[in-house]
Amino acid sequence: MNFFTVFRKEMQEQWRTYRFLIVAAVLAAFGLASPLLAKFTPEMLKAIPDVPPELLAAIPAPTLTDAIAQYVKNMSQFGIILALLVTMGVVVQEKERGTAAFFLTRPVSRETFLLAKFAALVVTFLASLVLAAAGCWYYTWVLFATPLAWGPFLALNGLMLAVFLVYMALALLASTLARTNGIAAGLAFVALVLIGGIGALPSIGNYFPGRLFSWGTTLMLGGNATAWPAFWISLGIIGVTLLVACLIFRRQEI
Amino acid sequence: MSSVHVVALKKYYGAVHALDGLNLDVEAGTIFGFLGPNGAGKTTTLRILTGLAHPNSGKAQVAGIDVLKDGGNLARHIGHLPEEPAFYPWMTPREFLDYLGRLYGLSSSERTARIKELLALVRMEEVSRRRIAGFSRGMRQRLGVAAAILHHPEVLFLDEPASALDPAGRKEVLDLIGNLRGQCTVIMSTHILADVERVCDEIGIIDKGRMLVQSPRQELLEHYAVPAFEVEADDAAALARWAEELRRLPWVAAVAARNGAFRITVRDVQAAKRELLRLAVRSELSLNRFEEVRPSLEDVFLQLVGMENVA
Repeated sequence: MNFFTVFRKEMQEQWRTYRFLIVAAVLAAFGLASPLLAKFTPEMLKAIPDVPPELLAAIPAPTLTDAIAQYVKNMSQFGIILALLVTMGVVVQEKERGTAAFFLTRPVSRETFLLAKFAALVVTFLASLVLAAAGCWYYTWVLFATPLAWGPFLALNGLMLAVFLVYMALALLASTLARTNGIAAGLAFVALVLIGGIGALPSIGNYFPGRLFSWGTTLMLGGNATAWPAFWISLGIIGVTLLVACLIFRRQEI
Repeated sequence: MSSVHVVALKKYYGAVHALDGLNLDVEAGTIFGFLGPNGAGKTTTLRILTGLAHPNSGKAQVAGIDVLKDGGNLARHIGHLPEEPAFYPWMTPREFLDYLGRLYGLSSSERTARIKELLALVRMEEVSRRRIAGFSRGMRQRLGVAAAILHHPEVLFLDEPASALDPAGRKEVLDLIGNLRGQCTVIMSTHILADVERVCDEIGIIDKGRMLVQSPRQELLEHYAVPAFEVEADDAAALARWAEELRRLPWVAAVAARNGAFRITVRDVQAAKRELLRLAVRSELSLNRFEEVRPSLEDVFLQLVGMENVA
């Protein structure tokens, strides 16, 4: 029962400390900007003086595919960075500030303390992604006169959310392990480099969370290729990371 | 019945023995002063007894609950005020207490009534809707006390509750603690002796992770009483001559100047009571003050932790 009390407080905190607004504003801005950039980048290039006519002729007309690619690219970069930045301080800051010690002597289990934070961040990112997706969908429709297919677009955003959750879970673990904000940031950066770096390798990358972006893009373009192993492994990373964070936090001295 | 029962508690941080076999027994309803110099192990003890840290060995029971085996049940029975209580700065005192009330499972009407009562008790009604971010140290401490007693805990742990406050703030917080007498067991750690003398019924003195002595305050003062008298006179030179004379007497252990007076430590209190005034009259001293020294907790504390020379 206390989970919902703590979760409610976490949601209030997201709102009152502007964390929710920042995440929503940043993701919504990139969601809106993606079709705009796809549509107007060729126009901007053409407006540059002294561009050789051959080059201008070689610039293809913008398509729906460009809008989707731009959206996935923006989200895969800024969404992940935002997920790490917003999450990596949530536990360590409470340890540093002393609020963790103050509240963990109340009827709040350590698991509740951690998982309520994660749940509130999931809601924040989910709502923000809904805003971003709605903005992207609407502007794509306005600018390209073709609405994006609902089903694949929902699937794409669901897969992107799963990738964000992987990084959020890893950042939460970093925040749980660390004694200072700086160490938490360092650990989160190591996680980013490891997951991103290994995920970029040709064969093994098919099993890493980053593969979900390309699966989503394929779905949007009408392809049939799937990446279920990467999906299940991503869910596994989220589950195991949260479990490890809870086990460590349970024995940790505050 | 013991509210807090600790046996041979040990806690090491690497080579540092923060607690080195601590024993502690506090009866229910007592205001217990946990006294010791900085680094003696007071905060470590409180952190273990509130479930925030784990000992290397030993036993600890609070309100009948084994802290080490059944820590999950502890929270509803204890209140805790850390040395620097931390709050969510975006909350108001009313929201903060309401949040705690929800955690303790109080109903809406119970929360409303209790919050009103507590805000009045800690004199925070007027700021109850202001953000905590701008609060002074004293206001935070008072809010911390309100938070610690919100759910009527059986045992209340207070870590240096008044150490960083100004005299007015200290008086307020100590009065609040004093008013809890009989309502719950209070374990108050501090290094301020005056605070302990003022509110505590029983005192435990800890040093280097071990309990040096635990006793009711009055018994402690009597047991460690210093057999001494203090004398002040107008004529300092005559007083000094008289002091020289006293040093030769067999029942006088020492005569020392202290704060403008002379302190005469004696071997035989009864002989001193009979003779000192008579000798002063014979020496034609014009006395301003003559009194048997009441031992202060500071004397006892310094004597026990072996810091007399430092002082």
